[in-house]
Amino acid sequence: MALATGHAAAAATGAGRAVAGAVAPAAGPAAVDCRNVTVRFVTDRRTVTALENVSFAVGQGGFLSLLGPSGCGKSTLLRVVADLIAPTGGSMSVFGMTPEQARAKRSLGFVFQDAALLPWRTALQNVELPLEVGGTKGLPKGAPTPKELLALVGLAGWENSFPHELSGGMRQRVSIARALLGGPRLLLMDEPFGALDEITRDRLNEELRRIWAETGTTILFVTHSVYEAMFLGEQVLVLAANPGRVADLVDIDLPKDRDLKIRETEAFVRIASRLRDSLGRGS
Amino acid sequence: MTATTDVTLLPDAATAEAEYRLRKRREMWRRRLLPVAGIGSALLLWAALVYLLKVPPFIAPSPVLVITTLYNKFGLLMTNLLPTMIEAVSGFLLGNVAAIVIATVFVHKKTMEEAFFPLVVIINTIPVVAKAPILVLLLGNGMEPKIAIAALICFFPTLVNMVRGLESVNPQAMELMRVLSASKSEVFFKLRLYNSLPYLFSALKISASTSVIGAIVGEWIGTTSGIGALIIQATYAFDSALLYATVIVGSCFSMVFFLTITLAERLVVRWQAPVGH
Repeated sequence: MALATGHAAAAATGAGRAVAGAVAPAAGPAAVDCRNVTVRFVTDRRTVTALENVSFAVGQGGFLSLLGPSGCGKSTLLRVVADLIAPTGGSMSVFGMTPEQARAKRSLGFVFQDAALLPWRTALQNVELPLEVGGTKGLPKGAPTPKELLALVGLAGWENSFPHELSGGMRQRVSIARALLGGPRLLLMDEPFGALDEITRDRLNEELRRIWAETGTTILFVTHSVYEAMFLGEQVLVLAANPGRVADLVDIDLPKDRDLKIRETEAFVRIASRLRDSLGRGS
Repeated sequence: MTATTDVTLLPDAATAEAEYRLRKRREMWRRRLLPVAGIGSALLLWAALVYLLKVPPFIAPSPVLVITTLYNKFGLLMTNLLPTMIEAVSGFLLGNVAAIVIATVFVHKKTMEEAFFPLVVIINTIPVVAKAPILVLLLGNGMEPKIAIAALICFFPTLVNMVRGLESVNPQAMELMRVLSASKSEVFFKLRLYNSLPYLFSALKISASTSVIGAIVGEWIGTTSGIGALIIQATYAFDSALLYATVIVGSCFSMVFFLTITLAERLVVRWQAPVGH
């Protein structure tokens, strides 16, 4: 608990700006710089404040998990970064650009909760989709090919299979390969493993850490699992619901090389308990 | 010891496989023979009733008489099938192409959909038999009104299904397209169109048989050739055998048309997991 008090105090005041990725500040602007972002949806019955005054930043090459209960706006936050939703207030910058510019430059890849593969395309054709739309001029020089990306996610030999021939975990791997095409600098993942069984999920968690280390991509990962958030992330941003706001930002002081056994260590259990406290306070 | 005896009690894999295959084959024959037996017994019953009740041939023919008529008047039946075929297929193409184009416009211009969809619904509520005389007055006694009726009858189900197919795209796939900065036409050709194909084909299968109905109904009014005209002529001449033979030819064509579309669907829509999985 001791290591947490500083951040917790800052978050509790509400005005404090949580800055993740400060451990190893990379050259250039932050991968994501989110300042006082507010998102409101107007519906027939009432106006919903999905996010209120959310601020955080992720350094380049960072891995930030967004953890929170359903309805805390974590998916909305990811969509603001991806230029899928415009914020009602505040500012969002992605590598010093607006989200729209970053999207147009193909700086970001998005992995959805359901793999969102096109069922009429084979695994390989699904990974190739980003090359066929949006006026792209082929792969950047030296970027891994669709085939190499399928191999990276452990699907060598499955190139010509259709989505309905693949298991849920394999479909999500294809979707990760597709998001990695063109070497995006930022990978946004919206509960990508939420619908998978625990065994598959564990394995994919390990592989995602490996892919992160191999590609050097910055990752924003939305989840509602405490264990997943801290096993994956270098930092965990805890969000509270109604309205969605920052409850805590926690550095995950675990070794870079992680395997699932780490979940049994004392350090892991301690951080998990801290995160659960933050979740509890936020509700 | 017990383990080894247990193993010997189990039938070996080869026997189990052979048994399974035998069961499969029996199942397959059952599925083929039972419908044949069903149709056969219905024909027998029909023949027996006509014979036993001494039904005169101007009221109902025996199946044997229908079959001989099919054979003897094959030329006449085929000359009359040809115009019906042309009308049904042209109407099918016209109606469906129009529906696909209009569905595409509706999906991209919501205003158009809101303005014209109610009108389409109203036109659809007019029964075919009521539309037919209107179109004959408008288009004359040639093939045109029959094609128009067949087209109208195909139009509505395809329009409704196509709009639904183009719109019911996975919302996350739509978001993906936006993240990839895809243009409207890319979204249409890479996503919406493919997504609509299963919906389109279920509408096409309906319109394959209804277009034939449309053409036949059109021929009931003011024509001397075609399956519809032949039906009317045979009825007024109390030639029940010819009437039945004409109906059989008409429904055979309808069936072939339907099966052609089903086959096309299997060739085009290959990505869905087979039904039952």
